[in-house]
Amino acid sequence: MSGNIHALLKKKGWLLADGATGTNLFNMGLMAGEAPELWNRDQPEKILALYESFLRAGVDLFLTNSFGCNRSRLSLHDSADFCFELAEMSASLAREAIARQNCTAIVAGSIGPTGEIMEPLGTLTYARAVEYFHEQAEGLKSGGADVLWIETISSREEFLAAQDACQLSGMPWCGTMSFDTVGYTMMGFTPRDLVELVSEMDNKPEGFGANCGAGASDLILTLLAISELNPELPVIAKGNAGIPQIKEGKIHYSGSPEIMAIYAELARNAGARIIGGCCGTTPQHLEQMKIRLESTPIGSKPTQEEVRELLGEPSFTPGGAKRAKAGKRRRRQKK
Amino acid sequence: MTDEEDDIILSELPDDELVPQMHDDLYDGLNEEIVEGVNILLERGWMPYKILTEALVEGMRIVGIDFRDGILFVPEVLLSANAMKAGMKILKPLLAETGAPRMGKMVIGTVKGDIHDIGKNLVSMMLEGAGFEVIDLGINNPVENYLEAMDAEKPDILGMSALLTTTMPYMKVVIDRLKELGLRDDIIVLVGGAPLNEEFGKAIGADAYCRDAAVAVETAKEFMARKHNQMMASA
Repeated sequence: MSGNIHALLKKKGWLLADGATGTNLFNMGLMAGEAPELWNRDQPEKILALYESFLRAGVDLFLTNSFGCNRSRLSLHDSADFCFELAEMSASLAREAIARQNCTAIVAGSIGPTGEIMEPLGTLTYARAVEYFHEQAEGLKSGGADVLWIETISSREEFLAAQDACQLSGMPWCGTMSFDTVGYTMMGFTPRDLVELVSEMDNKPEGFGANCGAGASDLILTLLAISELNPELPVIAKGNAGIPQIKEGKIHYSGSPEIMAIYAELARNAGARIIGGCCGTTPQHLEQMKIRLESTPIGSKPTQEEVRELLGEPSFTPGGAKRAKAGKRRRRQKK
Repeated sequence: MTDEEDDIILSELPDDELVPQMHDDLYDGLNEEIVEGVNILLERGWMPYKILTEALVEGMRIVGIDFRDGILFVPEVLLSANAMKAGMKILKPLLAETGAPRMGKMVIGTVKGDIHDIGKNLVSMMLEGAGFEVIDLGINNPVENYLEAMDAEKPDILGMSALLTTTMPYMKVVIDRLKELGLRDDIIVLVGGAPLNEEFGKAIGADAYCRDAAVAVETAKEFMARKHNQMMASA
């Protein structure tokens, strides 16, 4: 194992993580509807090029092209039987990219959601979800990942199932959720819930936090909600470079490299120690983020007003809406 | 909320209390209570269409508002939708028999590469509730599926859904193909899904982006009304 998050954080204080995988592959010719993971086998030179572009931008850690390497997702592309191999390739290509660039970086094996809804609301059983994730985890381990990286999860059960799979494979792990719905995940999970969940785990992650979501302002507010609880574990921030737009027939993200540099600084001030981007974040964004992080000291936590001023209007007001859980009869107040 | 909630006996409530109670029960995702409420109203001689609109659709409209405002989340809305479905199961055959008004026809599906169908299912159900005939193509649809369904069903509206930033560009692929084939002007295209926004919907050439299921119903109705007006004007 060439990279260890804990040791590197101790040495550097903060780490720069990578940008987007899927949206950058679109820029390299991936067609809408195609599974990015199949390129590990069919277009390995392009995957190497993506990885190497991140390494040249100076990342300390980058994710493998294996987000959807699970049976549920790959069955859409008639490739369910290649989960292990495609995950393995994603990690071995990452090792190859590091060797070609003659540098060091942590290879984080990406594990995204199955896309299914778990029992009792949906049909995916816990045991089966663990099985799916375990297959993926073993592939990533075999290909040479240093750490497994669970991301874009929205439900507690799926987060736990993926974590169980990491434990089964004997690998260290990190985990982030996508808080894209007025500061909650779409399943109604809060940043506070996540802090409590990881704090109580026996198999603690190397880091945890938020990724994807709805723009940089929202992500910083999520980080503030997390750091308010003073978690002991390192916090991860991987936000999108703005929101998707179409320009000349191609997808383009609204956040400029300059905006993402400000986001990176604010993310670190808000308590994050592993900072990267998600959808729309290119190597050019990462270069600016790195310059900013290296040239500024860690400052005080930004206020909500500062976030609004520097990054734009967030999509929600923290603490604005309270979740109402169903399943039990109640009578709302008569008006 | 009160403590005597277990004491509510639906059959003892007069209509003007039963219907709001059904809205509450739908909000709380209670299947059995909704089935019971629908049956009571049928016994009391309500027309199926009236039960559908006043008890179920109105209840789901409230659910839709709280979903939009971040008070209810996907787990709650799924429970509500299931309760609505249970009520619809009773009403559907009766609605066909009694010739309830038909608003229009929609083909809907999640795009290729994407298996997320929560939002789409909700839209299907709410549209059915609002009187639309809905042909649901399910998940992971390549452009051919949409074209075949359009040819076979002759819908007024095509609905597409995507939850991932990596799958939403496929909506443009479908719309571009419709344009190539000269079919785009014959159909209303509505799109939706978490990563989308209004500008994106316009840029890919959809008629409208619908941020949630409640908006989808309103938008579908509005476009159908416009279509009727145009037909009247050109007739």
